[in-house]
Amino acid sequence: MTYNINEKGYYGEFGGAYIPEMLYPNVEELRQNYLRVMAEPEFQEEFNALLKDYVGRPSPLYFAKRLSEKYDTKIYLKREDLNHTGAHKINNTIGQILMAKRLGKNRIIAETGAGQHGVATATVCALMGLECIVYMGEIDIARQAPNVARMKMLGATVVPALSGSRTLKDATNEAIRDWINNPVDTHYIIGSVVGPHPYPDMVARFQAIVSEEIQWQLKEKEGTTKPDYVVACVGGGSNAAGAFYHFLDDTEVKLIAVEAAGKGVHSGESAATSVLGKEGIIHGSKTLLMQTPDGQITEPYSISAGLDYPGVGPMHAHLYKSGRAEFIAITDDDAMIAGLELCKKEGIIPAIESSHALAVFEHKKFQPDDVVVVSLSGRGDKDLETYIKHFKL
Amino acid sequence: MNRINQKLQENSNEKLLSIYFTAGYPNLNDTATIIQDLEKSGVGMIEIGLPFSDPLADGPTIQASSTQALKNGMTTEVLFDQLKDIRKTVNIPLVIMGYFNPILQYGVAAFCKKCKEIGIDGLIIPDLPVDVYNDHYKSIFEQYDIINVFLITPQTSGDRVRFIDSISKGFIYMVSRASVTGSSSGFGNTQTDYFKRIANMNLKNPQVIGFGISDHETYTQAIKYAKGAIIGSAFIKNLSKNGVDNTEHFIHSILN
Repeated sequence: MTYNINEKGYYGEFGGAYIPEMLYPNVEELRQNYLRVMAEPEFQEEFNALLKDYVGRPSPLYFAKRLSEKYDTKIYLKREDLNHTGAHKINNTIGQILMAKRLGKNRIIAETGAGQHGVATATVCALMGLECIVYMGEIDIARQAPNVARMKMLGATVVPALSGSRTLKDATNEAIRDWINNPVDTHYIIGSVVGPHPYPDMVARFQAIVSEEIQWQLKEKEGTTKPDYVVACVGGGSNAAGAFYHFLDDTEVKLIAVEAAGKGVHSGESAATSVLGKEGIIHGSKTLLMQTPDGQITEPYSISAGLDYPGVGPMHAHLYKSGRAEFIAITDDDAMIAGLELCKKEGIIPAIESSHALAVFEHKKFQPDDVVVVSLSGRGDKDLETYIKHFKL
Repeated sequence: MNRINQKLQENSNEKLLSIYFTAGYPNLNDTATIIQDLEKSGVGMIEIGLPFSDPLADGPTIQASSTQALKNGMTTEVLFDQLKDIRKTVNIPLVIMGYFNPILQYGVAAFCKKCKEIGIDGLIIPDLPVDVYNDHYKSIFEQYDIINVFLITPQTSGDRVRFIDSISKGFIYMVSRASVTGSSSGFGNTQTDYFKRIANMNLKNPQVIGFGISDHETYTQAIKYAKGAIIGSAFIKNLSKNGVDNTEHFIHSILN
């Protein structure tokens, strides 16, 4: 049994490519080429060189001593927050920009919610000298002004998504529409393990560097390549996909996916898709999504803009449905407390997304000899305003 | 015989204007009135849009009408209820056009069954891919005699056009250009070359051209190369601007 994707582009019953015919040539071109391109030695070489010298990989696997003492277990933090641009997102954009170049594309589009993926995309476009258009919900543009400025400084054009709820899902719709309108010269860099096949698999493979490093880093520190637990937050699910990837089929390694409960799972303001979602189609993929009984996609809520997505990637839908991963929902308040605790105990200010993963320790008891790796997916600089407001700093 | 086949095969030289509108727009209960007025005005086929929160193949006009229709309270149940007596007054083919998720939530078999009961002749589901339809849903559609209409675009390869023709039963929806709905900059050489290329393939299914048709001129150009043409966004704009009583006037401006 495998928890990875099958040859038809499905994880169990989830995935596929539910796209209008207008997108078929683009998606098909990508599907036919992505594995071949990724396997080319020159591609691998270029990808790895950029990850090393430009992104700053490998990211450290840091033993969090004081946090471990408090919770009486062995906690390691996978420091994706130390990557260039401040999060795991850049692993994927480096991979996809190289893919786009191999496919002869000279125009790049992307969607962004909080702006992290937009910044990571604008960054690699600057690096490669390619035109970059980032779609961002009008509401997100207003509340994430520093990231909008970053994208502009990096040379990207930021286009407001004015339709629907004017947030991440609408920005994604706009990016898809742009791709329909520009079917020949454009590559769409999706920021998470969502969208039509082959995107979830391609993005997971670019993020898989995270679990690959965890294996050898843990071997050095603990004498084993296998942690007892890997914990990661899930919005669309790209950092979790990367942190889980090499452990998917090794059931001795337990996987914990942490979703955003917002103001409480059943408060009406939540992004806990595994609990609140039902099977359906969003952005070209069959997966779990939050929707009305009539099949209209609903708006999620989380204090963390990066977890504020009404679906999860099909890999995670499968991990949930099959029971391979444990899903936990953490409220805004509990995440913020966990984030502040990491600041005080370890001197690391985490992104609020990552704070959700850190909150696992207040919600689940681990054994003293358990090795628990937490994906610290991003740094908290972008979230200072939210921290200030929340704690009245 | 399905009304779509009847209509498209009768008088082989007669051209057909098809109109798309979003059900529940501008007001929740305009659906039946709009359909009846369209038939009276000389429209040959109607696509009833089942609104969706995230219509990713549609431009701003249909996005806005969909959002408004949902705000007005349109649901799949409400639409079926509005249409339950439609065959007492309307004879032309009726097609429901909607995204896959609301249909999936209703249940594909239940949806097709209900369409059959009401007298809906076909479905256009842009984000239901051909292979998924073939593997999972074809037998259901056939059981209820519902024609599933597939799209082709200027980027669709010749082989794929042949394949889509081989599995199509009513007509092929020819998307005129690489774009979402509602672009209206007229047809240039790229479009006419594509129209000619498809016309010369002698496909077994008639073709109906849609996307970018907004006035008499673009309509006339399209029907030179195909059995018919579909207008959506331009009709919805007319509904917004001139209200539901202006349908006949609008249709005449297209046809004459």
